[in-house]
Amino acid sequence: MTDLLRLSGVHTHIGRYHILQGIDFAVAQGQTTMLLGRNGAGKTTTLRTIMGLWQASSGEISLAGERIESRATPDIARLGVGYVPESMAVFSDLTVKENLVLAARDGPLDDAQLDWIFGFFPALRRFWLSRAGSLSGGQKQMLSIARAIIEPRKLLLIDEPTKGLAPAIVMALIECLKEIKRKGATILMVEQNFFAARELGDNVLVMDNGTIVHRGEMAALASDVPLQERLLGLSLETHQ
Amino acid sequence: MTELAATDPLPKPKRDIAPILLPIAVALVMIPLIGSPSTWLTLTAASLAMGMMIFIMASGLTLVFGLMDVLNFGHGAFIAVGAYVATLVLAPFAASLQADSLWINLAVLAPAALLSMAVSGALGLIVERVLILPVYGQHLKQILMTTGGLIVAEQTLYAVWGPQIIPMPLPTSLRGSFILGDVAIAKYRGLATLIGLAVFIAIQLVLNRTKLGLLIRAGVENREMVEALGYRIRRLFLGVFMTGSALAGLGGVMWALYREQVHASMSDDLTVLIFIVVIIGGLGSIGGCFIGAILVAMIANYGGFLVPKLALVSNILLMVAILMWRPRGLYAVTSR
Repeated sequence: MTDLLRLSGVHTHIGRYHILQGIDFAVAQGQTTMLLGRNGAGKTTTLRTIMGLWQASSGEISLAGERIESRATPDIARLGVGYVPESMAVFSDLTVKENLVLAARDGPLDDAQLDWIFGFFPALRRFWLSRAGSLSGGQKQMLSIARAIIEPRKLLLIDEPTKGLAPAIVMALIECLKEIKRKGATILMVEQNFFAARELGDNVLVMDNGTIVHRGEMAALASDVPLQERLLGLSLETHQ
Repeated sequence: MTELAATDPLPKPKRDIAPILLPIAVALVMIPLIGSPSTWLTLTAASLAMGMMIFIMASGLTLVFGLMDVLNFGHGAFIAVGAYVATLVLAPFAASLQADSLWINLAVLAPAALLSMAVSGALGLIVERVLILPVYGQHLKQILMTTGGLIVAEQTLYAVWGPQIIPMPLPTSLRGSFILGDVAIAKYRGLATLIGLAVFIAIQLVLNRTKLGLLIRAGVENREMVEALGYRIRRLFLGVFMTGSALAGLGGVMWALYREQVHASMSDDLTVLIFIVVIIGGLGSIGGCFIGAILVAMIANYGGFLVPKLALVSNILLMVAILMWRPRGLYAVTSR
């Protein structure tokens, strides 16, 4: 399987802090790779560095063989990278429709794609002309994800989509992301919810102190309780 | 989550109309206080005209503030430059301005206003590239740089045009008033109101009916996310800054004609009013800026008539009252 995204020796500094300390990993085409680790390990910084929102101090980042570490964020987005930030960052003063119109860069909204999205996010249809700021947290997350998939993307970077959501909403989101996976999307996802990570991940990377401390198949980590406890300080059984 | 049936109509957005009702309520409350209906109508018309001119000058600042997070204390320079540039056209054609034909008068006024907008817009380009670009994200430095820029601009105007006040008389056809019964409404105020409304409608159409407008509104709220969607917002910043500067230039011409004079520090008092309007309206909100400008003008006119001694503090009191009601302005732009 070919690698869509590859990071080699990537370092990122934010001010005087050395956050990413030489990370190397690859995300295979059509696979979902989970990025796990405790708070402050560098997961969000990794996604933001790939997206160009923070500049890598050194190292190489390539997307489908093309170097992107020096490119501006809009250029990286136009190469086909969709980004769902941790804060969701929906445009609160715009309606749901306007948020999606803006995300559909290359033309009008595609009805078939919209119907597909409404299929698992019916709330977006219900609140189509409502201000995004009036949505609940779960609905905002749905809009944020819908915005990332309104047009075909090569790669989706998703930062903690289940954070702060009620369990029922988390289950709905997991089903939605599974559907997106089935359509062949390549996803790099930061997740603290180990249950969601196990449900969605093909591969897993575990970060600590700005470095990758474990890489492998998600299924292997999910079945190895001592490894989970060593890497994450918890086990799936206690987390559920 | 309740799913709508396919045939259900999609819900309409709720409108927050309380701020829209506020100037209407203020005007209605003033009727018994002022007593004479004709005086009330004259003051209301004057308020609308003054409000429109302040709106034109403030609209660019609120967008720049909201979209670019730039504190441009030099915005007044574009107002003064716009007014002075207009004199370059109006002075040589003074005879045409005295002609008793509206069309001949407008044939001189329109190019003067367009030239003012072009020069102010071009000055905006230079200011953004030279003064603002190095200090994005640094508010204190922005205040220092733009205040310095304002001083340089004012002194340059003194050096080029001299310290004297330059008269800018109204064209003949815009002098005098429309008489409706026993109500007199100055013709120029009528024109200013129409131009202000046209500018407001044009901005609203661009912001609400075009993708460019969507980008500006989204950028006001979250620049980073707009870039993550693949849009180069820096170019948009520059375009908005130039447009805001050009509108300030237009406002400068209109204000100079309203006062019938031009001087280099003409924007000093206006800058305070404009900042009050931008804060009252909610940083980055064009609708709020529009209502805020009308409210400021109403308080100045009604207040000046009823309690002249309060005129100096009336706008500050208005700002305090509005911010106590809505701490982020009439129409708060979220997450800013």
